[in-house]
Amino acid sequence: MLAVEMKHIYKSFGPVKANHDVNFDLEQGEIHALLGENGAGKTTLMRILYGLYKADMGEIFINGEKVAIHSPKEAIAAGVGMVTQHFTLVPPLTVAENVVLGYTNGVVLSQREIEKNVAAASEKFGILVNPSALVKDLSVGERQRVEILKALYRNARILIMDEPTAVLVPQEVDVLFESLLRLVKSGLSVIFISHKLIEVMAVSDRITVLRDGKVANTVKKSETNQVELAKMMVGRETFGVRLLDACETSEPIYELSGVTLDGKHGKKVLDDVSFCVSRGEILGIAGVSGNGQGELTEVITGLVTPTKGSIKIEGRDITHLAPGQLSDAGIGRTPQDRHEGTIGDLSVAENLALEHIKDYTQKGLLDRKKIRDDATTIIKEFQIKASPGDQLRKLSGGNMQKVVLARALSRKPKVLIASQPTRGLDVGATEYVRNRLLEERARGTAIVLLSEDLDEVLALSDRIAVIYEGRIMGVVPSAEATPEKIGLLMAGAVQH
Amino acid sequence: MWTRALIPVAAVLATFVITSIFIILAGANPFEAYYNFIIVPLSSKFSALEVLVKATPLIFTGLAVTFAFAAGYYNIGAEGQLYAGAVAAAWVGATFTNLPAIVVVPLMLVLGFAAGMLWALLPAFLKVKLKVDEVVTTLLMNSIIMYFISALLNGPWRDPETGWPKSPEFFEAARFVQLIPKSRLHLGFVIALILVVIVFIVIKRTPFGLQMRAAGASKAGALFAGINVNRTMLIAALVSGGIAGLAGVSEIAGIHYHLISELSGGYGYTGIIVATLGGLNPIGVSVAAMFIGLIDTGAQTVSRVLGVPVYLGDVVQSTLLLVTLSMLLLQNYRIKRI
Ligand SMILES: Nc1ncnc2c1ncn2[C@@H]1O[C@H](COP(=O)(O)OP(=O)(O)OP(=O)(O)O)[C@@H](O)[C@H]1O
Ligand SMILES: [Mg+2]
Repeated sequence: MLAVEMKHIYKSFGPVKANHDVNFDLEQGEIHALLGENGAGKTTLMRILYGLYKADMGEIFINGEKVAIHSPKEAIAAGVGMVTQHFTLVPPLTVAENVVLGYTNGVVLSQREIEKNVAAASEKFGILVNPSALVKDLSVGERQRVEILKALYRNARILIMDEPTAVLVPQEVDVLFESLLRLVKSGLSVIFISHKLIEVMAVSDRITVLRDGKVANTVKKSETNQVELAKMMVGRETFGVRLLDACETSEPIYELSGVTLDGKHGKKVLDDVSFCVSRGEILGIAGVSGNGQGELTEVITGLVTPTKGSIKIEGRDITHLAPGQLSDAGIGRTPQDRHEGTIGDLSVAENLALEHIKDYTQKGLLDRKKIRDDATTIIKEFQIKASPGDQLRKLSGGNMQKVVLARALSRKPKVLIASQPTRGLDVGATEYVRNRLLEERARGTAIVLLSEDLDEVLALSDRIAVIYEGRIMGVVPSAEATPEKIGLLMAGAVQH
Repeated sequence: MWTRALIPVAAVLATFVITSIFIILAGANPFEAYYNFIIVPLSSKFSALEVLVKATPLIFTGLAVTFAFAAGYYNIGAEGQLYAGAVAAAWVGATFTNLPAIVVVPLMLVLGFAAGMLWALLPAFLKVKLKVDEVVTTLLMNSIIMYFISALLNGPWRDPETGWPKSPEFFEAARFVQLIPKSRLHLGFVIALILVVIVFIVIKRTPFGLQMRAAGASKAGALFAGINVNRTMLIAALVSGGIAGLAGVSEIAGIHYHLISELSGGYGYTGIIVATLGGLNPIGVSVAAMFIGLIDTGAQTVSRVLGVPVYLGDVVQSTLLLVTLSMLLLQNYRIKRI
């Protein structure tokens, strides 16, 4: 017997067909994921099940019986509970009060008894909460647990969770998944809404993909994979973005081909990375942190030599050059962490000179006047609030970043590696750095922009390469890129 | 950066206050004690020169420690490197009997420097290749050389006439000239001062010095700037060992004229105090060395005049180190009213 069966559900909002002939079923004790892009109709379908919307057409069966649910109250009576995208708790009340609120059978219970009951339920369901804590003092993850407990306390046998992970940090997601897996073992059935492929693959037994209000497919988790799900979700191979050739540029001057870097445990941290950048172009490299941008920065700034592959500037192989030689070859390098790429104890001027110490040496001694004079010029040009002799560590983050950028740009590089150029900067400094990058682009510099800030990548880049688990998943022209589409590539959902 | 220069002065004053407690406990009047510590040694020409004699090895070891510290290498082994230099000098001084001073003295310096480098090599190599903590290994090397010297002095180098564990006497030409008749002040002091200038120029004014300071301050930053950090650190460690070796040469050729196992009296370790107190600046190091030399000399006067233990000098030195280190640490904080 199926826990839920929804047959031929239709629902329109004016011209929008939010649900169109949707068939959906939930088995006893399964986790069934509802997957779909924004606006696919997931929430609408579940609101219908929970009695918040009335379907235009269609039938609903719960535990084999046909039902007509007109309100959440009736849904709860039928054993359906829902944890919504936005919580419905009353912050000034305690956890226990929130759990029992509106479900006290008319009998007034004492505070102590309520807390005892809720503590017992907490134990029984394995959902850890502190009954006497005030909801307003709880973290988002804790509030969500209270919501779940609230549904279970009302004898829900079917639990709907609408994008429960959207508000959670990764550790909380793990805790939630553990709880859900335990609860389904004891007979609960769960509908889990998400558009994150990784999560869906992690917890669900079956997956129904909605697209434009229709069911695209229902599949067993064991018989599918992320790439297939992504295709179902968007209905096209390429998400409506044209994936470019990694080297489809007019005038390539900087080129990586097949760059591979072995990690500690034989795993490749960079796997066959290839791309080109041409004069006056910004190539953005987007990716979720930890997918290889850090290693890529280290390789292209010369700190690490790749295991395989080559790096070329204007056709000249620079794969094995040391950091200093890279600068001489026309590469402007900035470190991913300005504190680690500079020397806080040395002065601003010394930091600016360090990389090209030979140019500042006369008869074996440091040319201190030249070091100071050049620094003064650079400080003026880049509007750095500091004097040449100031210890670098005393500078504000923005000024320090300007020093880092100035150090790279003062040599008029042909290629600029801009790694996390605005991380931790305030609005003004961010603005300055971004404008400066655009000026460089106008000057004809080829720029590789590595940033974890997707908005920054989208705003500045001409083309965007997405890196996932050390591989370039695709290169997208920025005009056709949206956060969603790049996000899917970043999640490893599809590959060029 | 005027605060940085004030630190030693403040540290000295704070140390006087703190050590007064010990002086009172030892049954003496602190003012009287410090009069004897500071003023009395400087009031006679002989004892004032003696202060410089005491300062000479400390300038060498202070510079040695400074050089390594600047590159981020914690050389605690100056003591052992000093003895290595002394062994080399002892050998030269007793072997080349017919060479003139103009040849023997430079030879002693070169071989003493090389011996110090050699003794610093293993810890430096382990640090650079295998990341073995140099604080431990350089310290261990200090014990090793003491056994080595003991074996030398009780074996091949034992004095054939007296049977004492001391190496053969130096020949005249190998002995450093006295700078001032009837005092013990010798050529080593001049060499030390020249070295102060050289080390200052190397650290502060040469590209290598800048790279060394960069590597010492931030390994990651130095690597990003394309500096070969390991090579820089290795060179700094070896040069540091060499300078410490010169301390041994200077002591043996300037004062003792033969090798004994009590040659140093902890100059290598005191060098750490000197380097810290001198703010890792060669000029500061020479001033600090003279100050410590003064306290060393003064401790004997105090002990003689007031009948307190001569170890009071050590107490003052140690307290001074702790106070200086605390102040350096606290310098990075600022008192804030919340
Ligand atoms: N109350 C409403 N009034 C008008 N239009 C609505 C209403 N609720 C949903 N829609 C429309 O119905 C479509 C489906 O929306 P729904 O909220 O079900 O999408 P979803 O799959 O949950 O998306 P998301 O992932 O963004 O939460 C959208 O085009 C939405 O604008
Ligand atoms: Mg929704």
